[in-house]
Amino acid sequence: MNKINVQLITGIFVLFGIAAFTYQAVTIGGASIRPTPGYTLVARFDSISGLRVGGIIEAAGVRIGTISGIKFDPDNYKAIVNLRINEGVPVQQDAIVSVRTQGIIGEKYIKLSAGGFPELLTDGMEIHETESAVSLEELVSKYIFNSSSGSGSGNNSDAKK
Amino acid sequence: MASIAKHVESLGAYCITAMEQTGRTFNMLLQVLWELLHPPYRFYPIVRQMYFIGARSLTLIIVSGVTIGMVLGLQFYNILQRFGSVELLGAGVALGVIRELGPVMTALMVVGRAGSSITAELGIMRITEQVDALECMAISPDKFLIAPKVVAGLLSVPLLTMVFDFVALFGGYFVGVKMFGVAEGSYWNGMTDAVEWQDVRLGLEKSFVFGVLVTLICCSRGFYMHLTKAGSQGAEGVSSATTDAVVLSSIAVLFSDFLIGALA
Amino acid sequence: MTGNTPTTNAITIRDLVVDYGPRRILNGINLDVPHGQIMVIMGQSGAGKSTLLRCILGLKKPTSGSIQMLGTDIATASRKEIYKARKQIGVAFQGGALFSSMSVAENIQLALHEHTDLDEKTIQIMTRIKLDMVNLLEAENLMPSELSGGMAKRAALARAIIMDPKLLFFDEPSSGLDPSTAAELDQLILTLKKGMGITIVVVTHELDSIFKIADHIAVMKDGNLILTGTPQEIIDSTNPEIQGMLNRKPRETIVDTDAHLRRLTGDF
Repeated sequence: MNKINVQLITGIFVLFGIAAFTYQAVTIGGASIRPTPGYTLVARFDSISGLRVGGIIEAAGVRIGTISGIKFDPDNYKAIVNLRINEGVPVQQDAIVSVRTQGIIGEKYIKLSAGGFPELLTDGMEIHETESAVSLEELVSKYIFNSSSGSGSGNNSDAKK
Repeated sequence: MASIAKHVESLGAYCITAMEQTGRTFNMLLQVLWELLHPPYRFYPIVRQMYFIGARSLTLIIVSGVTIGMVLGLQFYNILQRFGSVELLGAGVALGVIRELGPVMTALMVVGRAGSSITAELGIMRITEQVDALECMAISPDKFLIAPKVVAGLLSVPLLTMVFDFVALFGGYFVGVKMFGVAEGSYWNGMTDAVEWQDVRLGLEKSFVFGVLVTLICCSRGFYMHLTKAGSQGAEGVSSATTDAVVLSSIAVLFSDFLIGALA
Repeated sequence: MTGNTPTTNAITIRDLVVDYGPRRILNGINLDVPHGQIMVIMGQSGAGKSTLLRCILGLKKPTSGSIQMLGTDIATASRKEIYKARKQIGVAFQGGALFSSMSVAENIQLALHEHTDLDEKTIQIMTRIKLDMVNLLEAENLMPSELSGGMAKRAALARAIIMDPKLLFFDEPSSGLDPSTAAELDQLILTLKKGMGITIVVVTHELDSIFKIADHIAVMKDGNLILTGTPQEIIDSTNPEIQGMLNRKPRETIVDTDAHLRRLTGDF
């Protein structure tokens, strides 16, 4: 009787602990047992400073995917970002991805703007239109020293180079 | 001059004692590992110790977890409100709890509740010759007494930490959302966006280390009591060994928390 | 001698020396314990009895010397060999040393659970037989904290003989007990020797029980073994120290009162 009681209570304790862990890992930590269905696209950026793996991809303010990998391209000195797009979200060939910040000092995320082409990208293909992270310091220094670069804007479109 | 030499001498003696104790604790870990790899394997003693270290600490952990969550909710709300970014409340509470406070507070609670009584139990077993009796029955005390405690510590502390984290998030939710009226969605979404799997994993790794560290230090302080100054002092020796064990394992938890945080 | 091989002893100790820091606790002990007999190690507190016992049990490593116990040299044997030898012995400690988290029956069964594959029913029966031998059947389900001193010692004895050992050690069987309980325990020890043919080593300083149970007596003083022999030889000994112990005289007779007074007061 006593022995069974101890085992029962310990069992409940273990179950409780594992349940709490699963909740944190899956719901909050974002670890998924199965990868959410979708497809992966690639994009090259001049700079993605502040962007992290696991970050959000938004379109029109709605979360449509996550950043599944960040690599450095030593040949071109660029950042290669893998974008995991949820199933059912179409991305046109001329869609634009840009690195944005939530608020002034918030998290970096990627914003996807729809393009006009009818052709859609499929798994493994590259998005060519990218806008790099806006560096606050660069903007400020530009403003102060009044030195305008050729493009006239802080954002460079990588595709045109 | 002579008195300076004396102080230097006592410092040296202290260092030697500290080294000896560290060595014994490490040796105990090796003994436990050796015993765990060799049959017979018995699971019931581990369950029993998990009941004692884990299940019996559950109430304490839940109460302190909710309280810590509420305190964090309150403090973070006050600070964030000044910058007008209360939507970061969920992220702040969750990161604070999952990365730092959950593992550390749980380990400290276990030290206070279970660690102290482990040391006292083993110390009393030592001075009443129960350990010798085990030895003479050809039963390895490392296997019979220490190993179940260390394994139970290794398993129980992470489980308790997870429970602590879980209830603390709801403590923060209660204060932030129910009392101060932060939007419910921004609390939970902020949490989900800010906390990565790496954060949960870091907390988990910490709690595994703490679990082993705490039980091992408390076990070795009680089990090797006869080799220290406290050994010849009977009941008083048990009490001072217990105090030592609590102080030492608390410091070990805090220091290794820093180390893991710095290395990760 | 009771049939066992008379040529070899259960325990043979040669030139046993134990130092504790700068202090010498045991100073070259030589002792033989023959099979099937009761050896009593007597001496005053601090004479080194407990240290000797701990050395024989392998709980303390001697500085030098050899201890042959049932064919194993405890002084040099590995941990594994010592454990193997220990499976053939039983030890009843002074305060009982019962595991406080287990009931009396669980205490007694522990060795059976750990070392044998017997089924639960057999273990139950064996436990009750041993409990009956020490007349403690009614205490089967009590916790050690609920036992009196005498009951704890008897329970410890039952635990010591559960594996039917060849060799039994008993530390201070009658200390702290009232005379009738002590006499009961002495009787029990004699029964064990006769009934089971166990070699028994008893460490004690209680004279009454010594002469009731002993086949051989070893007298210790200040880390030395000053005499070994049969009870009669001890009584007949002309050694003044032994006579002093037997007659329970105080440590010394104060002759020079003045000198003693000076010793106490110092140079006033």
